[in-house]
Amino acid sequence: MKISMFHLMPYRDLPDDFAQKYHSVWVDPPYCELADSVKVGQYYNWTLDELIHAADKGIDGICVNEHHQNAYGFMPNPDLMGSILARATNGTDVAVVQMGATLPTSNPPIRIAEEYSMIDCISGGRMVAGMPLGTSQDVNLCYGIPPIEQRERYYEAHDLILKAWQSPEIFAWNGKYFKLPMVNIWPRPIQKPHPPVWIPGSGSLSTWDFSARHNHCYCFLSYWGNNFGKRVMDGFWDFVAKGNHDPNPYRAGFLQLVAVSETDAQAEKDYYKHIRYFYDKCLHILPEYFPVAGNQDYKSLVNSVTKLNPQLFDLMNKIPAWKYKDFVDNQFVIAGSPATVRQQLMEAVKKLRVGNLMVLLHIGSMPHDLTIKNIDLFCSEVLPHFRGVWDGEWDNKWWPESLKGPRKQMSSNGVHAAAR
Amino acid sequence: MAAAKEKTLSVWGDKVHPKVRILGDGPPIVYLHGGYGPIETELLDELGKNFTVYAPEHPGITAGDEDSYKALDDMWDLVLYYYDLFDKLGLKSPAVVGHSFGGMIAGEIAATDPTRVGKLVLISPLGLWRDDSPIRNYIVTPQTELPALLFKDQHHPSLKRITLNPEDQDGFIRITWALGCTGKFMWPIPDKGLRKRLHRIAAPTLIVWGKDDKLLPAVYADEFRKGIPGAKVHLVEGGAHMMPLEEPARLAATVAKFIKG
Repeated sequence: MKISMFHLMPYRDLPDDFAQKYHSVWVDPPYCELADSVKVGQYYNWTLDELIHAADKGIDGICVNEHHQNAYGFMPNPDLMGSILARATNGTDVAVVQMGATLPTSNPPIRIAEEYSMIDCISGGRMVAGMPLGTSQDVNLCYGIPPIEQRERYYEAHDLILKAWQSPEIFAWNGKYFKLPMVNIWPRPIQKPHPPVWIPGSGSLSTWDFSARHNHCYCFLSYWGNNFGKRVMDGFWDFVAKGNHDPNPYRAGFLQLVAVSETDAQAEKDYYKHIRYFYDKCLHILPEYFPVAGNQDYKSLVNSVTKLNPQLFDLMNKIPAWKYKDFVDNQFVIAGSPATVRQQLMEAVKKLRVGNLMVLLHIGSMPHDLTIKNIDLFCSEVLPHFRGVWDGEWDNKWWPESLKGPRKQMSSNGVHAAAR
Repeated sequence: MAAAKEKTLSVWGDKVHPKVRILGDGPPIVYLHGGYGPIETELLDELGKNFTVYAPEHPGITAGDEDSYKALDDMWDLVLYYYDLFDKLGLKSPAVVGHSFGGMIAGEIAATDPTRVGKLVLISPLGLWRDDSPIRNYIVTPQTELPALLFKDQHHPSLKRITLNPEDQDGFIRITWALGCTGKFMWPIPDKGLRKRLHRIAAPTLIVWGKDDKLLPAVYADEFRKGIPGAKVHLVEGGAHMMPLEEPARLAATVAKFIKG
């Protein structure tokens, strides 16, 4: 079992009436009205500090991702963050998980091949290469790519990047969307034949198929809890079975919101208002933006409209009336004392058959100190209980080879002996 | 009037198989539908009183042929595709009528090879852009704002043809897919350079515009008029963007008068 801390880098201080006053947190929330660049600078630094702190405390990997024009997460180039994280965690056995640079918005896509190679080189071969298709908001609305072309561009970019990493010869790429006469990227990754590839998804049939077909790790990035998650992951496992691949749990990743405190009651006191902030403000997205017509191919559209959406809309409509207990009971957030979190998270991991878990330990408006507390409790009281899960039974083929052995010992203060 | 029939063609080297609705009697006209798919049924019926109407579905929209949009890369391909489709229907130089997205395509077809279009009627076409009058992206406009943006009568029964209602899953899929397929050729801003090609249009042209079109303000009627040699403008008092749905008889009479005249 590998557990990585995911960070969205949200704006932590949106006004109380945000959801009433503005129609979407993404695409068109007015920066000049809502944000302060000095504060933003602080947020970027806190985000880096929090991820590095988790690395120091023994988390297996640290994740950043890409979004645009989005108050709930605005790392427009996650590779800028990833390169800092790679440098800062040198000497540790922590993976730098780029979840990652969005393929269809990077033109030409060999830019990602180059930047990921840089991070892999700087980190000494500790990088996981996330290859997101990207959301409709980012790719179509912010970056102007026609929705119906997004997936084709993605497939082409994926093939180009993998070839650019692996081809010993200089080659010409005469694609439909990208034309490059002499591909010969400098540098190449340390990891051979290439870094492990993780594919983040949100339930599209075509992404399950793509991940299974290419033998990549499929990661369901959801904020809707693991009951809805099970429905999506079951769909993925069907494709794995149809493709005659083994049911190795490390093929699957899942994102779970997690909040740990001393007791269940204290967890509510510590985290409820930040959970509310996250679901009320950070996920306040205009439905017409998510996704834009054409963004899903026809098969996925039919599957979403007939199977996934009714359940999702039903869940989403209930949220405004929810209390803390409902978020926890429905496991949108696994929260409580260390014992509660251990037990529920273990059940979720087994139920979903997930080997590469990502945990969101900073939620919405959580201040820096509280985030550090959550990271400390998670890493000391929860993480150690997951160390052996799936191991011995299955090989994590989607993790950097050099990091596959037993984790290094921590010193008494919980800091990696080798770090710094 | 001959009964309406539907024909499925094989176009573009057998890669696209659009359904074409054929109805009416008289000289041929081709009708190109807007971004929401082939929803202008009553207008076609009205036009059929004077013409043989050929109303193809744009590539990818026809049920069972959803992936065919991939055979066309861009506007240039789409224009050539329509000449191919005209050939399959045996139409040398028909009158072409288009609404909204269909009007944009009709303009491109008439500008690229002016010999392929006999007469041209553009009903509130997309295709041009003015910074001082930006066009809202109706594909992502909140559903609650669409009636006011597109209709004169905000309770018009045909509103359901453009409304995404999760209770009507088939309709939801059909509308979404039509917006996706037509969006391919105009995303993210419906300006693919038509302005610099308008001067090539040789067909006698009528531009029909609703004075109260909130999506495409009537200022664009003048933009088209200035670009197309000899074009006439007909402004409709009180007309909104969805005139083909709201006022099919009046609109068809205007179109017929121009094409027959």
